[in-house]
Amino acid sequence: MKPKIFSLALAAAAGIGLAAPAAAETKVGLLLPYSGTYAALGNEITDGFNLALELAGRSGEFDIVREDTEVKPPVGLAKARKLVLEDEVDVIVGIVSSGVLGAVRDFIDGAQVPLIVANAGNDNATGDACSAYITRVSFSNGQVNRPMGTWLAGQGVKKVYTLAPDYAAGRQMIEAFTETYTAAGGEIVGGEYTPFGQTSDFGPYLANAKASGADAIYTFYAGGEAISFVKQYGSFGKELPLYGSGFLTSPLYVAAEGDAAVGVITSLHYVPTLDTPENKAFVEAFGAAYDRVPSEYAVHGYDAGMSLMAAIDSGASDRETIAAALPKVKYVGPRGPLEIDPATNNIVQNIYIYETVKDGDGLTQKVVGTVEAVRDAPKGCNLR
Amino acid sequence: MDASFWILQFLNAVQFSMLLFLLSIGLTVIFGLLHFINLAHGALYMLGAYIGISAAAATGSFWAALILAPLAVMLIGAVLYFTLIDRLRGAGPMNQVLVTFGLIFVFLDLVRMGWGDVALGLSAPPSLAGTSEILGVKYPAYRLFIIALGLVIMAGLWITLARTQIGAMIRASVENGAMAATLGINVGRLFFIVFCLGCVLAGLAGVVAAPVTSATTGMGISILIPTLIVVVIGGLGSLQGAIAGSLIVGFIETFGAVLLPGFAAVLAYILLAAILVLRPQGLLPARGH
Repeated sequence: MKPKIFSLALAAAAGIGLAAPAAAETKVGLLLPYSGTYAALGNEITDGFNLALELAGRSGEFDIVREDTEVKPPVGLAKARKLVLEDEVDVIVGIVSSGVLGAVRDFIDGAQVPLIVANAGNDNATGDACSAYITRVSFSNGQVNRPMGTWLAGQGVKKVYTLAPDYAAGRQMIEAFTETYTAAGGEIVGGEYTPFGQTSDFGPYLANAKASGADAIYTFYAGGEAISFVKQYGSFGKELPLYGSGFLTSPLYVAAEGDAAVGVITSLHYVPTLDTPENKAFVEAFGAAYDRVPSEYAVHGYDAGMSLMAAIDSGASDRETIAAALPKVKYVGPRGPLEIDPATNNIVQNIYIYETVKDGDGLTQKVVGTVEAVRDAPKGCNLR
Repeated sequence: MDASFWILQFLNAVQFSMLLFLLSIGLTVIFGLLHFINLAHGALYMLGAYIGISAAAATGSFWAALILAPLAVMLIGAVLYFTLIDRLRGAGPMNQVLVTFGLIFVFLDLVRMGWGDVALGLSAPPSLAGTSEILGVKYPAYRLFIIALGLVIMAGLWITLARTQIGAMIRASVENGAMAATLGINVGRLFFIVFCLGCVLAGLAGVVAAPVTSATTGMGISILIPTLIVVVIGGLGSLQGAIAGSLIVGFIETFGAVLLPGFAAVLAYILLAAILVLRPQGLLPARGH
């Protein structure tokens, strides 16, 4: 314990030392959904971001303006304009939906304001539509799913049926999985993209999956759809093993899925049960502050705060210097070692394959595999 | 694709139809009698789900929640009736639609304040948690319960409307309210009873659907579209219309997902458009309209 206390004290002292002369406040615009389908995600990201600043004792250095995107692209764009032109923020943090990210991309790039993406996983944002002003500390759709294709084929699962909602994220996740799974010798025997936000009965699709002769189902769903899907999968007696992208069984709502989620194996860039000192300290601090287990969304907010502070510590103070400093960020956080790839401004991080298991009355996550330092191919982006 | 596959999908279609029936019958009954378009029906459905989840957590029993939540929703409906609905009766459809659509957002924010933004789930009761053997296939017991409940409510409403005195009074009031009042029927009180019944059915649908889907703050709005499609296809205001509409939409959505998955999202809308063009009053509308 002693060395840890010492290092904490040292960090605190260093923090005070840096904070004292840097009296100039950094103005941050939080651009997140606080109403609509993804309000829960917006609140979770905000909590993580605030926690990062509070734990560092630096909340006073930042002047935070919150704006609600309502998960609507035109609203998101209007609010981004307001933050940049009226509030004159130094940096924008947030964006949950890939649709909103697509809507603000050109404005952010043209206005030359740094944007730290704290959720939206659209591959294009750090691919052919990348920008020197857009840095992503969350994940990309491809990054989370590619390792799972190789891993699943390695487990001897030969034939898979895929299911995902019919929109950009659903398609990108399934395509990334398909690419590595078939390359490793697996076969996709069928699949369906279900009407996004309109499908309440997954029974017909589950029967299709069974009739396809597949050995397993691979899927991506999030939020309410994830709960409905997993519960209905459970009610049909779990006839095929279920694999997927880890948002399916996120700690944010896995309790609502109940026993149906037990045994489901998925991949994600963060799992709250990671056995590292950084994660244990984070989970404890988050629990003390908000009385719940942090989800991957909370970690996005936390790492957005951490990387912003790291950029400022490296000497950045205005829009231009913060944008230039963000891609150089590199540290070990709750999710493990992470850095920003200067070629794309996307995060490079570990992907964890985890199983949802029973823990007393509740559910918890057991890590069954780790793929280290997963990096996206530039795909038409070259910022270097 | 053997016989068991088609039996399974047939059961899926019946189950989904029954869920749609429970949702749309309250809306259509209220319209049939009161000529009142209650878009807040979706919000009452949402309240049924959330109150059901809290009731199940408090009592530890799904069955208690199945009784308590519809009654709580009925109380909320009764308050709405005396504060708003009754006053709007003569205000014309545009005002009714605007006020009840606004109510959806009021209830949405009240639910966000009370239960938060994170989607919630409700477990099926232990006795219905597994699968049962029926027609040679394994099928979730809870889904069989939904089918049975839908049939019981269908039969109950049918008998009430066709065979009881209150049923005769309701039918008389639907066909000619002024004449029914002249004959000594207390039409105002009848309206209130029917409105409460509609609220009970909305709340019941919310609790019954919760173990299959999840409770989200958006559920009240998203359910309105399929429900209105059922009501428009079946014909406004009639029990037979709601039954026919639910079965048609349930089977189209299920077998659309099986046979034409690429078109699953639009098939019901195509049928809706065709009905509006060819038979705008719906397939089996109530008489007197």
